[in-house]
Amino acid sequence: MAILPSISVSLDLDPQRHTAVLLRTPTISTPFGLHRISVKPQKIFGFKMDSREIEQTRMRLSTNFNSSSTLTTKASREPSGLTQELDSKLQAVPESESGCDLFKDMKHRFLSFKKNKYMEHIEHYEKLAQSQAPKFMVIACADSRVCPSAILGFQPGEAFTVRNVANLVPPFESGPSETNAALEFAVNSLEVENVLVIGHSCCGGIRALMSMEEEGDSSSFIRNWVVVGKNAKASTKAVASNLSFDQQCKHCEKESINRSLLNLLTYPWIEERVRKGILSIHGGYYDFVDCTFEKWTLDYEESNLKEANGGISVKDQLFWC
Amino acid sequence: MAGVSVSEVAIQGLKKLLSEKEDLDDVAAGAKIEKLTLELQGQKSHSSDPAVQAITDGFTDFKINHFEKYPDFYNELAEGQSPKFLVFACSDSRVSPTFILNFKPGEAFMVRNIANLVPPFNQIRYSGVGAAIEYAVSVLGVENILVIGHSRCGGIKRLMELPGDGSVHFDFVDDWVQIGLPAKSKVVAQGVPADQQLEALEKEAVNLSLVNLQTYPYVKEKISEKKLALRGGYYNFVNGSFELWELKTCISPPIIIE
Repeated sequence: MAILPSISVSLDLDPQRHTAVLLRTPTISTPFGLHRISVKPQKIFGFKMDSREIEQTRMRLSTNFNSSSTLTTKASREPSGLTQELDSKLQAVPESESGCDLFKDMKHRFLSFKKNKYMEHIEHYEKLAQSQAPKFMVIACADSRVCPSAILGFQPGEAFTVRNVANLVPPFESGPSETNAALEFAVNSLEVENVLVIGHSCCGGIRALMSMEEEGDSSSFIRNWVVVGKNAKASTKAVASNLSFDQQCKHCEKESINRSLLNLLTYPWIEERVRKGILSIHGGYYDFVDCTFEKWTLDYEESNLKEANGGISVKDQLFWC
Repeated sequence: MAGVSVSEVAIQGLKKLLSEKEDLDDVAAGAKIEKLTLELQGQKSHSSDPAVQAITDGFTDFKINHFEKYPDFYNELAEGQSPKFLVFACSDSRVSPTFILNFKPGEAFMVRNIANLVPPFNQIRYSGVGAAIEYAVSVLGVENILVIGHSRCGGIKRLMELPGDGSVHFDFVDDWVQIGLPAKSKVVAQGVPADQQLEALEKEAVNLSLVNLQTYPYVKEKISEKKLALRGGYYNFVNGSFELWELKTCISPPIIIE
């Protein structure tokens, strides 16, 4: 696991009372001079720590470990690893993706954000800190390649975002879940004007849905979740069973977006707003093989006419490439 | 030149191809033609909706300044993802980890929900979160799970207000945020002053989520194999700071009494 970074201390976890360690970065005067990244000593779980205490504790731990030969023998299940760690004192030997590297990297990234974006637009961020008023609610996949901030350039304050496996929206009847909790907040409290469900190419979740057998291993979480998309799978099989498996998956990726759009309408407070014209529902599809993006909007009136066969009517289709 | 335009010639050619070629895959051809139609429509229509125009501009910017600048990187990503992180962050529009921690495409499998909560293992009630953890840990093999809380969290505020005075009614939100009740009990029991309680709860909820992560068997397994680290984070956008910490479990060697 992660090697201890040089200025942190880990505490043995007391099963009764889980504690976390506050990592302190050294105080630095940054080019823009205003804020330190280090955190003032704070009371967290009853601990008050400052850096002197941390160093002392660390040295104590290190000494104790080395001097007690019994402990050395019994403690390490991996004999050389643990002793090596502490022997290296304040210098953690960086391996690729070691804890030390990760903390350093994250610190640089945050500082860069702070300098180039936060401080550059400080008034905007101060206003945002008071409240958010995003125009969009976005439901996207958790896939690492499809972050809506990256591909559609959403800035802080613009999009209330939910990300789950395969960007699925369960219907109202399925009961409470994290996705519809976010919907409720975004629509009823923040009063967003648009809901955008974004699917994407090569989706592992959709692939799992398409590969799933009817009677399968129900101890799998993935299975229990992607089954939300079973109607999309059924209609894909109905029209595209002659296509290759990859092509069927692609078809299902898009079909599932439309199913999610229809599922959105099963929420009374969403349907009401769509009917009144104060909320628009859109689907989007990001293809990261070709780098293209399609967008379409649910046509509410026309969709109602097709309700009998579960069809969906769309308008304002756009294709960007 | 009088007569037929370039596009009309092209359409004639296409019609001929479609009528003559018997082994042409009709479904695939139809999809391609539809795509072309949309593309041409897109080029001529400038969206009157500023919200849609914003995302059009956003995608164009991404394509030109990122995707097309680094084709090898994106082609490799299209083959498969191998993120090192599973990130849990709040749905709040102000706290996208991609933005504040500059995660590049491919780096972080990201779940976003209200108040960045991770419920304990429960296949019936919380299959959504479980699916993400299962996929990230067992299939993608992430090495780090990072749960990021933040200041002024509406979900945490709602948790603090529960059961509320009944004036505002949230079915789904209330059902979801009550996952954080153990954290709330702790903050209240510790006697944190009222004006500091929200921030304390925002951080305590992160720790509760880290603890809940350990109730998932594959997470526990990877931790014991030292292949997975659990970290908590807190983004304070009021004063522009970020905290980062790690949750470590250690079972000390037994004292043998004979």
